[in-house]
Amino acid sequence: MTTIESVDVSTQAKGASPSIAAAIGQWVTSSDHKKVGRLFIGCALLFALSPSILGAVFGFERMSPASSAIIDANVMTQLIALYHFDLVFGVLAPLFIGIAIAVVPMQLGARSIAFPRVAQFSFWAWLFGNTLIAVSLIGNGGPGGGSSDMVDLYFLALGLTIVGLVAASISIATSVLTSRAPGMTLDYVPPFAWSALMGSIATIISLPVALSTIIYVYVDHTHTGVALGGSGIETALSWALGQPQTFIFVIMALGVLAEVAPITARVRQPLRPIMLAGLALMTSAVLGAVTQSQHLVDISNSNAVKTFLPFIIFNGLPALGVLVVIAISMLSLKGSKPAVNGQFVLAVLGALMIFVGVAGNFLQNIAAAGLSDTVFAEGVTLYVVYGGLLSAMAAIAHWSPKLWGKTMPTQKLLGLAGLGVIGTIASSFPLFIAGFADQPANALGSFTYGGPIALWNAVSGLGHALIAVVVLGFIGLLIDAVRNGAPATDDPWDAHTLEWAIPSPAPTNNFAELAQVGSPEPLLDAKPSKQEVSA
Amino acid sequence: MSIALPSAPAVAPRRQVLVATALASAAGTMVMAGMLATWLKFRAAAPTRASSDGLEILKDWMPKSVVMPEVVTNLMLFAFVIVCLMAQWAVYSAKRQDSSHRSFAIAGTFLMGLAAMNTQLAVWNQMELELAKGAYQTMFYTITGTMMVMIAIGLAFSAVTFFRSVGGRDNDQQVVSAHALYWYFCTAAFVAMWFVVYVQK
Repeated sequence: MTTIESVDVSTQAKGASPSIAAAIGQWVTSSDHKKVGRLFIGCALLFALSPSILGAVFGFERMSPASSAIIDANVMTQLIALYHFDLVFGVLAPLFIGIAIAVVPMQLGARSIAFPRVAQFSFWAWLFGNTLIAVSLIGNGGPGGGSSDMVDLYFLALGLTIVGLVAASISIATSVLTSRAPGMTLDYVPPFAWSALMGSIATIISLPVALSTIIYVYVDHTHTGVALGGSGIETALSWALGQPQTFIFVIMALGVLAEVAPITARVRQPLRPIMLAGLALMTSAVLGAVTQSQHLVDISNSNAVKTFLPFIIFNGLPALGVLVVIAISMLSLKGSKPAVNGQFVLAVLGALMIFVGVAGNFLQNIAAAGLSDTVFAEGVTLYVVYGGLLSAMAAIAHWSPKLWGKTMPTQKLLGLAGLGVIGTIASSFPLFIAGFADQPANALGSFTYGGPIALWNAVSGLGHALIAVVVLGFIGLLIDAVRNGAPATDDPWDAHTLEWAIPSPAPTNNFAELAQVGSPEPLLDAKPSKQEVSA
Repeated sequence: MSIALPSAPAVAPRRQVLVATALASAAGTMVMAGMLATWLKFRAAAPTRASSDGLEILKDWMPKSVVMPEVVTNLMLFAFVIVCLMAQWAVYSAKRQDSSHRSFAIAGTFLMGLAAMNTQLAVWNQMELELAKGAYQTMFYTITGTMMVMIAIGLAFSAVTFFRSVGGRDNDQQVVSAHALYWYFCTAAFVAMWFVVYVQK
């Protein structure tokens, strides 16, 4: 069965610029995994503006909870739904899936992704799904919506989005399992490709459960309105937009750190198998996701031991996985002379933000803390999503030579990393404090508690606004680098894996000939050693 | 290549169709598992009331007037068992490069899949449930309808595999194996559904 698309490169070599219509046609119909990946990345970066701007507006709206200052009370529920949906299915999941589609086949030494048409379909399904979600919410659909047709459209769009993400995950996982270069056993797979395999399998197992609920709710809503009507859309599907489901989508964020750290340190990754095990531990979050339960531990309960075990499995193992990956990545820096660059700083800060989010989720599920149904959970989601966003920026900067043929400016990336981490903490941490003060979740008004309500929510709103600025700044830097940047060399970071053995930008079919792999760092093996160079 | 890596002979990707089918089947399994879990949850939470004589507590779940056509549902289960046998026969024939038996077995798989679909239609016909009448009816049609979609995908897979087989693709063993794997998944999904929806009700 032919699953690899071949393209006539001779027409590209002529250098003739295609017309705008032809160029659009190429992008729309292309199944080149790098183009599909870049479409995912570009659209997800643009969509990242939506939740950050909405979050800023929500923060300012919550400053005066007694009255609706900015937002009409009739549209609050829909806007909150759009905010949560965009954070997870508009930004976090597609960003990493897009990066994986673009990069993983090159890391594996493959000429294409497995089932490139499926990857192409996944992008369009996701994009149409996202667009229709926005249309349905604007048309008074979604949770709490008044238009029956638009509520139906919301369900269909949600289903389409999930189908797209699952299809992409199947394509990525199949690539890692079947399209590796000769000699590349699974333990030789680069850390990012390994994290992509783990994240994809977790997505394939968890998201279809949400699809099953959507099918029920859709049929019920269109025909009966009795079976699931009482429980509501939010109750039925909220688990798919919260923890631990979000942890599944940031497994690849940790893969980015695991990939970038040893390159920055210019060493082979020490304790590499434990690093891969740490990434796999994050996948245990899928257990919590598919059981759709937070598994609170209640110390006062006489069955404390019985509740403690699932709590540790569902909340402790993902946290342990994050800790292992960060610790071993940092271990590679020990005794080395790291060449610190923008992508490394972004990857480290992103992973740390994710760890704070995972640790926050651990705390949230201790019943004695009394954080259920407060904005604490929103703070956790923001740490995870914005931390993931910083990691995704690191990945884009790291692989920009292969995807666009240009390198992004390090100093400016360092500035964005600083602003990004300030924005993440500012948007999230005040919600942690407000959560302890019992500020209710998913409410923009009609609440009160003893404490500086206006301060916490204003800082959170400013943090969101700062994230929007960082996203805009990153998009600007990327466009400037692509348009005006100097061409990148083939291996600008002195890297270890196969994708850096091919020209920048990577040609359509990646590799002219397949490489024989004999270690986890095949490119390092092929480079002359420092002793050879000095001699 | 900019850096000379030891080159390797070109190799075909390893069983892509089979692996992708396994992953898609895993996703399908989770869809069905999720639907069955929701079914069980709603059945457990169905309102209860005292019987007219006051001697027992009844659950308002499956309407009392509904008679489950157990003969037909058991026939459907039997059809799935034969589907698996046929699909495995196709794999066995493909391994032995026996193209005529392979094509015949795939055609048999298709026909038995069609028979399973027909029995599902018979179940719907005999039960005469109205979709919008209540929670049980809605959920019954949703879960059995989803099973029908899975069968329809299997039939399409069988048709494609059959035409590839009669078209002379003698090295198509992994596609035939993937085809069989999909039908095993459908059978497993149906067995779970049969037990929860048709036996336990």
